[in-house]
This record gives sequence, structure tokens and C-alpha cells, in this order.
Amino acid sequence: MIPELGHLALWLAASFALLQAAAPSIGLWKRDEALAALARPAALAQALLTLGAFAALTWAFWVSDFSVKLVAANSHSQKPDLYRFTGVWANHEGSLLLWVLVMALAGAAVALVPTALGERFRVRVLSVQAFVSLGFFAFLLLASNPFERLVPAPTEGQGLNPLLQDPGLAFHPPLLYAGYVGLSVAFAFAVAGMLENAVGPAWARATRPWVAGAWALLTLGIALGSFWAYYELGWGGWWFWDPVENAALMPWLAATALLHSIAVVMKRDALRAWTLLLAVAAFSLSMMGTFIVRSGLLTSVHAFAVDPTRGLFLMLLMALYIGGALTIYALAAGRVAEGRQFALVSRESALVANNLLMSAMLGVVLVGTLYPMALEAAGGAQISVGPPYFNRTTLPMLFVAAVLMGIAPWLGWRRSGTGHLAARLLPAGVAATGIVILALLLFGIRGIGALLGFAAAAWLGVASLSILLRRGVTLNIAGMAVAHLGVAVSILGATASGALQQEALVAMRVGDAIEMGPWRAELKDVRPVAGPNWTAIEATLDVQRNGRPVATLKPQSRMFVAPPQETTEAGRAGWWGGELYSVLGKPDGSGRWQIHLWVKPLVRLIWWGGLLMAFGGLLALGGKLRLPSRVRTVAQEAVA
Amino acid sequence: MKGKRLIWLLPLLLFAGLVALMANHLGAPQQQVIKSHMVGKPLAEFALEGVAGAPGLALVDLKGGGPVLVNIFASWCLPCAVEAPQLQALKDRGATIHGIALRDEPADVAGFLARHGNPFTRIGQDPGGRMMLAFGASGVPETYVVDAQGVIRYQHLGEIRAEHVDLLMAELEKAK
Repeated sequence: MIPELGHLALWLAASFALLQAAAPSIGLWKRDEALAALARPAALAQALLTLGAFAALTWAFWVSDFSVKLVAANSHSQKPDLYRFTGVWANHEGSLLLWVLVMALAGAAVALVPTALGERFRVRVLSVQAFVSLGFFAFLLLASNPFERLVPAPTEGQGLNPLLQDPGLAFHPPLLYAGYVGLSVAFAFAVAGMLENAVGPAWARATRPWVAGAWALLTLGIALGSFWAYYELGWGGWWFWDPVENAALMPWLAATALLHSIAVVMKRDALRAWTLLLAVAAFSLSMMGTFIVRSGLLTSVHAFAVDPTRGLFLMLLMALYIGGALTIYALAAGRVAEGRQFALVSRESALVANNLLMSAMLGVVLVGTLYPMALEAAGGAQISVGPPYFNRTTLPMLFVAAVLMGIAPWLGWRRSGTGHLAARLLPAGVAATGIVILALLLFGIRGIGALLGFAAAAWLGVASLSILLRRGVTLNIAGMAVAHLGVAVSILGATASGALQQEALVAMRVGDAIEMGPWRAELKDVRPVAGPNWTAIEATLDVQRNGRPVATLKPQSRMFVAPPQETTEAGRAGWWGGELYSVLGKPDGSGRWQIHLWVKPLVRLIWWGGLLMAFGGLLALGGKLRLPSRVRTVAQEAVA
Repeated sequence: MKGKRLIWLLPLLLFAGLVALMANHLGAPQQQVIKSHMVGKPLAEFALEGVAGAPGLALVDLKGGGPVLVNIFASWCLPCAVEAPQLQALKDRGATIHGIALRDEPADVAGFLARHGNPFTRIGQDPGGRMMLAFGASGVPETYVVDAQGVIRYQHLGEIRAEHVDLLMAELEKAK
């Protein structure tokens, strides 16, 4: 009964979306304000009904109602509570339902939050949003009904992919989706801005919080995904340039560029057409990413169920929305393009440089991701583009970006002097030089890439900190500085964990020990353990540093019951900002076990940096509010 | 003015091209079989250094014995990790498997083998990727049946899945 109610609620929500899309379109055209104003109540009703549908599906998962096909295919009664709950969106249909839910909630927010752009603009935005939701409702109801029944109902479900039974991945998709949907609001603002010819500083001020919020959520989602891949897949790495990762990275890069260019529109009313294009591109790339991932267009470790019909449906939706938006762009961009001019040395041009770098990285990732497909379409071979391509192309650009990020915040708008730069950037320059000398002399690092990475991290970190310590910093500026500091922290983590990593791979018996620099690890024990829906072989490794015990690692090789699948659970322990990371391999038949042990200094900084970036994005939502002076004083004292 | 209009159309045109590309690809099966032009031909002379403690691989190692499997893999290639159990199964059923580590660092190869098992009798290190040309390979992983005369008899594209194990054993038998 409850699944049927959920299904009904979904249909009703879709009809309210239709009303929300059509009423303003007709109302604004016929100059019937009462009709146009219907969009607001329709948005609220749509949100409530979608919430109801989502609750119904959640209930079906919670009580393990295997007469619902989706539950039978993706859940299991023995599954821990948390994963019975997160199983709701760990599948195609449920994740789409989550998508329309987040979209409907964003619509309700647009309907409720006061706007400086006027009622007419608000209903226009709601109408564009509803047009987009409508497509997803159609897809959900016509091609991927989450409430479909299964007759006869099985007594047990098939279970959830064990790799997904993990807190990190449980919350990774909702964060990404919330980010994508935030970008859909920016998209709706862009399309409405073009239709209403209202692109300017006021438009930018209204759009920017959505972009900043979406960017922060995307950052969190990507960081969480990377962390999951790091500890769950047992490969010892944290970014693999897999198509699915790239699919999330591309909208992030576009959103990063958008966040910076929209500031130029806000402050100086320049770069309007470019900013509009970025707003359209950011959401388009989100849709394209979802499409690529869901349609099985590209092969990836994350392989989702492949269904060409659904792929076609999604592609038509994508062509309709992105094609429509770009058509409007082609017609309207000429009208909004005129912005003001600025000098070569100015904040604006530094932000343009940021945009160019972000777009170039975006292009590189896009080409690398789609090239195999294009080559195949051209009758060529099936290939896969590996990490060397991505690393060689993006890392130099990231380095240049980090150097510029240290300088740009000190430049003035419109036209900037350069006389003050030397004094302002002195600490950053000293720090960068210092860290390079330290790396050379103390750690004996000779790799030019690693040295540049350390230098960039120190330069950007100190430059961002010195902005935070200035007087009268607004939350906007503080958010920017914190986000930049996050980038520096991530670069430091990535560089240090790469350059200073120690790795050992041995076959050992219980009682054996390996030595690696100051580290010594002894295999104490290997024994079977059992969890709620898995059994595992667990090794116990006692790790000492300079003779003092620092950690006990317990890597596992896990066998899940439903569905039967083997996973490796890395045994990890923190050590300062770094980690000891171990993976238990196969026995060799003569009583020895393969143990892979890594020492990864500062590796956790990669994700701490991601958190800082996201926090910076949220801080920037505070706009012109100033940082309380007490915080500043405390921070200054802490540094002094 | 005319020229300027065209600039604003550019994003739309680029996107249209992309859609055409994707539409073209959408119905295509995931694992198309693209035959290597080297199937049926003898391999040219080569000698690769060993890696990860395994002896190296040269043409003479392929000749003379029975038919063998040559697996082109890389530590950075994810499907290669996926096919590891199937390679082990092939080995357990008596197949001799040699590996070619493509564009890889020795330490990474060793790490990969430690994690996913080492079914290889010999492993040749191919940092420049020239064996791709020698075998007519278009990607990693690929697995070849090479007979006792050093002639490529069969090519398997992509990862070996559980259902391919019997198939490859049969191809080995045919190459005898």
C-alpha cells in the first residue's frame, strides 16, 4: 500500500512540476500576474509530494519489503540498519528519486527566499527549474519506476554491492547530487537572466550563494569519494582518473571557474556572457557526468548497470536542456556581452587567468575522458587513457594556478599597482624558499615535481593565511582565503604523501617482522573474524617507530555473504597527519601471507584540505559580514 | 556583426557534435572485438628485461614449448586487476602465462602483483609500449595465444571474465 501511495505522490509531484513550468511561461507571456504567481505554491506542493514519495521508498527499504522490485534487487534483510537506509539511493532508480527530491527542495527554497530581483524574475527561475525537473520526473515515472512490484515477492533480497556498504560511500552520492542540483539552480538563474535580460551585478549577487553552496557540497562529495577509494579499494592511491571520477571533477572545475567569474560580474559588471556560458556549462557537465555514469557509455571500475534504453532517454533529456540553453545563449549572449573594460594588471584579469586555467584543465579532462569513445567512433581502436596523461597535463596548470592564487587576492579591482606586492608576498616567498631548502637538505628530495609541489603549497598557504590575519576581513574574503588555504593543504598532502612515501611488500609468517627506515612491523596473528553480513581473515600487525610501539593495524580480506564478493579492507592507523596503511593479500600455501605496507606522511591533509575548501565555500555565503574581531585577535596571538 | 553571431553559436555546435558522438556510441556493445592484424602472423624478435623478481621475456622463450598465453597488463589499468582471478584459474588449469608490463614502474608492477597475485612465469618490462605494436594490441589488458612457432593464434580483448576461461583453454588446445 505504501509503495503505491509513494508512486501516486510522485505522479502528483510531476503534475505540479508541469504547473510550475507552464503557469509562469503563459502568465508572463499573457501578462497575467495571478497565473504566473501560481509557480510558488506549485513549487512548495511539488517539494512536499516528492518528499512523501521518497519517504515511501525509504520505508520499503527500512522494513525490507521485497515485493518492491528495487528493494529485492538492492537490499537484504541481514544488512546493517545504516545500509538498509542508504540502500535507498545506492541504485539507479533511488538515486534519480533523490535527484528530483533535492531539486524540488531547491525549488521550494527559491520560492521562499526573499529576492532582490523581483517577483517576475523569481517565477521565471521557478519555471526554468520545473522544466528541468519535469524531464527527470518523466524519466523516473516512464523508464525507471522505483515503486515497481515484484510478483511473486521473493523471501530474501539480493543484497547491496559490498563496496557500497561503507559510511564514506553512503553519503558520497547525496552530497554530489546536492551539488549538481545547486548548479541546476545557477543554470535556471542563467537561463532566466537571459530570457529576462537581467544579467548584471544584482543577478550575480542572487546567483552566487547557490554557486558557492553547490561548489562546497561538490567539493565535500568529491573529497569523500576520494577518501572512500583510498581506504576501501585497497590500491593505496586516492585519485585514479577513472571516468566516473572525472565525471564529478568536470562540473567541479566549471563551478570553480564560475565562482570566480561571477565575482567579476558582481563587482565590475564585466565578463557577463562568459559567466552565463559557465553557468550553463557547469550544470550541463553535471548532467553529462550522470549520463555517462548511468548509461554505461564509458567503462569504469564503478560500472553501473548498463541499459541502452535508459541511456537514450537520458541523452534526449540532456540534448533538450543543454541544447535549449545553448540556443538561448546563442540568441541572447550578443545582447548581454558588453561589459566594462579592465587593465591587464587587476583583480579582474587575475580572475580571467583563473578561468582560463580552470577551463584548460576542464578541456584536458574532458578530452581524456571522451577521447577513447571518439577514437572508437572514428573506427579506431579501443583504448584507455591512463593517469600519466592526466598528471602531466593538469599538474603544471595546477602549479601555475597555485602561484597566481597567492598573488591575485592582493590585486585591486579595475587597475592595480604592483608596488605593494613585494612586501605583502614576502612571507610567502620566504616560506616557499624555506620549504624547498628543507626538503632538499633534510629529506633529500630531488624530484623537481615534488619540490615545486612543496613550494606551491607553502607559497599559497602562507599567502592565504596572511589574508586571514588582516583587519576587517569580510566573511566573503575569509571564505576565499580559507578555500585557498585548503588548496594549499591538499597540495601539501598530495606532494608529501607521494614524495616521502615508503612502501614494502613482503610475504611473512606469523612472528616475522619487516623493517622500513625507522619503522618496524611485526605480524602477530592471522585469524578469521565475522561481521553482520561478512566473514573475513584479519591480520594483526604491530608497528613500532624507533623501537616505540605506535599502532596496531588490522587489515582484512572480507567475504560478503549477499551478494558473495570479496573485498579488501585496508588496516590503517593515523600518525600525525600521515597514515600507516596495510593490505592483506593471499596466503602463499606454505603459511606465509602477503602483506603490503605503506607509510604515507601527511596523506590525510589531502582530505582535510578538501574540508577546508568546502568550509571556505560555506563561509563565503556570509557575504559582507565581518569576522568578529575576537577571533582575529586570537588567531593573531596564536601565530605570534 | 555576422561573424560575432557565429561565436555565440559555437558552444551549441560543439555540444551538437558531442551529442552526435554519444548517440553513435550509445547502442554499441561494450566489448567490441577488434582483431589484431597480427593474428596468424609470427612475432618479430624481441627481448624484454624482467621485473618484480621475475625473469624477462624474449621471443625465444615463447618458441619451442607448448602454446602459451601472453597477457599485456599494467598496474594503472583497473580491468587488469579485475581479471587477476581468471588468470590464476587459467594457470591452475595448466596454462603457462607470460606477462608484459606496459608503461609501468617496477615498484608499481611489484605492488600490483602482490595485491592481485602473480600467475606469470615470465614478465617482460615494456616501458615504451612498443610491444603494443608488436602484438597489434589496442589497449590493456589483452591476452594472446602464441603457439610453439611464435605465431599469434588468438587475441582476447579486454579483461578475461569467468566465462572466458573455458574459451581460452580451448584456444590453447587448438594451437597445439
